[in-house]
Amino acid sequence: MSTATLSDVGLDDRLGRAWKKPHFITNPVLRYALLGVTIIYLYLAVNSIEVNWARVSEGLVRGWEFVKAFGNPDFTSRWTDIREGMIESIIITIASTVVGIAISIPIGLGAARNIAPLPVYIICRAIVAISRALNEIIVAILMVAIFGFGPLAGFITLSFATIGFLSKLLAEEIEDMSRVQAEAIQATGSSWLQWINYGVQPQVMPRLIGLSIYRLDINFRESAVLGLVGAGGIGATLNTAFDRYEFDTAAAILIIIIVIVMALEYLSGVIRARVQ
Amino acid sequence: MLELKKLTKTYATGDQALKAVEVEIPAGQVLALIGPSGAGKSTLIRCINRLVEPTSGSVILNGENITKLSSSGLRRARRTMGMIFQEYALVERLTVMENVLSGRLGYVGFWRAFLRKYPQSDIDEAYRLLDRVGLLAMADKRADELSGGQRQRVGIARALIQDPKLLLVDEPTASLDPKTSRQIMRLICELCAERGLAAIINIHDVALAQMFVQRVIGLQLGAVQFDGPPDGLTPEVLTAIYGEEDWQATIEEVDEDDLENESAAA
Amino acid sequence: MPVVQNHGGPNGWKLHTTRQSMVRWFCWLLGVAIFLYCWNVISEATTWFFVWDSPRIAGDIGGRAMPPKWEYIDKLWEPIWDTLNMATLGTILALIMAVPVAFLAARNTTPNAYIIRPIALFIIVATRSINSLIWALLLVAIIGPGVLAGTVAIAIRSIGFCAKLLYEAIEEIDVKQVEAVTATGASRWQVMAYAIVPQIAPAFAGISVFRWDINIRESTVLGLVGAGGIGLQLQGSLNTLAWNQVALILLVILVAVVISEWVSAKVRGAII
Repeated sequence: MSTATLSDVGLDDRLGRAWKKPHFITNPVLRYALLGVTIIYLYLAVNSIEVNWARVSEGLVRGWEFVKAFGNPDFTSRWTDIREGMIESIIITIASTVVGIAISIPIGLGAARNIAPLPVYIICRAIVAISRALNEIIVAILMVAIFGFGPLAGFITLSFATIGFLSKLLAEEIEDMSRVQAEAIQATGSSWLQWINYGVQPQVMPRLIGLSIYRLDINFRESAVLGLVGAGGIGATLNTAFDRYEFDTAAAILIIIIVIVMALEYLSGVIRARVQ
Repeated sequence: MLELKKLTKTYATGDQALKAVEVEIPAGQVLALIGPSGAGKSTLIRCINRLVEPTSGSVILNGENITKLSSSGLRRARRTMGMIFQEYALVERLTVMENVLSGRLGYVGFWRAFLRKYPQSDIDEAYRLLDRVGLLAMADKRADELSGGQRQRVGIARALIQDPKLLLVDEPTASLDPKTSRQIMRLICELCAERGLAAIINIHDVALAQMFVQRVIGLQLGAVQFDGPPDGLTPEVLTAIYGEEDWQATIEEVDEDDLENESAAA
Repeated sequence: MPVVQNHGGPNGWKLHTTRQSMVRWFCWLLGVAIFLYCWNVISEATTWFFVWDSPRIAGDIGGRAMPPKWEYIDKLWEPIWDTLNMATLGTILALIMAVPVAFLAARNTTPNAYIIRPIALFIIVATRSINSLIWALLLVAIIGPGVLAGTVAIAIRSIGFCAKLLYEAIEEIDVKQVEAVTATGASRWQVMAYAIVPQIAPAFAGISVFRWDINIRESTVLGLVGAGGIGLQLQGSLNTLAWNQVALILLVILVAVVISEWVSAKVRGAII
């Protein structure tokens, strides 16, 4: 019996009758079909994973060695590689974040429907969509193929990724802003640039700063893997360490990454609290 | 039935919310607790069922010292004290029926509660109570679809399904409009009379309190300032509780309200 | 404009004091200097000859990639299935582990704020800061190449992400509802089931789908380090410079990303 008719039932008819929590999906056919499909899918998916137990048990020993390496990381024996890789990662991060922000701002303005004309809006949204759809690593592979090995490929990759992230969120922030404040500035007879400067910028600035720092954090994390495909940074050193099973060096690199990410998160918390 | 002996609460910040409060409440008595904000009304109510842990003193309910109970003993004691909250405190994403049945949590085990397999007697009682507060048709609605007054009625049903001996009522009308406020106060007092329950109603609307209760306790800075029948609330007494103000208006308003109320009822 | 003239005057209005504007200029200068230094380092590490040559190379690659080798799709169905499974099973595993971590990390539900909470927070930061590709690299070294390594890598990387969002949701719950359920005499676990879980359920569902969407993207590249899925084919095609296969794989990935984003948006819309 459906709830619609039940709501007309009086007290006497309800007493003595069982009560069941109404289901989230009210249509029973759909409910059981979804449940069945989910179970079948999970069964097939789990079975499709081939596990070589001999290899896994052998691996657990190595896994344990890696955990131990975390307790005793080796910073010294490959310190020169680690230092150079880290500096390169940080440099790529900073440069790509700066360039990414600089390009994101005009594109973000263009991708906001309430301030940009339709053709500009479509072009900017298309750029954002392409940038977001392509994984950083895939872009990095293409950039390495085109520009050759080295940090330039990584820098271009992360700048491009920053544009997709920042422009989209900036555009959404602009679309959500208070119309009244913006209209009040427009009413003073300001030019378009003045209007952006006085009516829009103050409203979206705190969020833009917060997002930029957040993106800095993401770019650093991403820059740590770009080296795997030859786009510069610490990733190459890390890859070598794993290939040689030098878990203590790998652990040292991972610890440095974690510490820097923690520091960046702390910093971004402090700055975001100050600007908001 | 309920006895508070030298009940004291000092918060970690050093604020003394209750200073050796002594109160005795016989079975079936409905009592209003009045006083300015920060007088310790909320703390007093929460010390009785130990949602707030008292610093010292004792709460004795039917001869049992609640402040000394272990956690399972406390759960059993809490079953006998129904609580009604200021902003209804319904679990908004659960249905009305689940909210009412949650009053039985102290009686059923974890898995029964988790699987919503309550005994039939509980379900019947929940339907009866929903019928009594006029919300039977809403049983399978989600709590956040109801209006303020309706939510408070669900809150009342949840407290009553515990089969309590005592109701602890914390500002039941603070978020409601004047008309709904009276309806809710009347409902609470009627139900207390029907079931012979004692109640402590913590309320800041003096006029509303005078209209419905048999006894008033005035709290000021954590100490009992007045304890007596509602008509003992003279301007002098109110000044002692709340501070200097023109109280004549408030007291007169009571009479007007009563008249208006009677004409509305007629 | 009279206003501008006033600026220079003795009583002119200025947004910032002299000192403030000095500090601002100095910060800008410092920022520009740092950026120029970074750019300089990158530029020194770059073989500019290749860069000037890049339009020709890009054109060359583009020419080889077009048209995509459509018949290659027959070899991609299985890797696509593996990729989907890595993302889905990885997300499920991650959620199973993230829920307890989130409850241990939230200020209002943690059993111990001085020992257990910092440990839970460390798990969150550590798993979040390391990219899934690095986790995959590590797991391939430990348990060997294959879908299992990819699934576990996805799972580990997602723990921190899910647990962080979930514990923030737990910290934001309405305490009054918890108080009300406690006052009925409910046990700790009953309070959990009746007052806390219903409040965080929508957030949990939203986070799951959101992370699943991200994991689909991430699992497409895990094959590059040997962790199974379509990335393996990508790696193979890149190594043999079969650009027309690469083009098809990229197209498949693009379609997968668009579909997963659509599914996730639909599901989130249905829940909230």
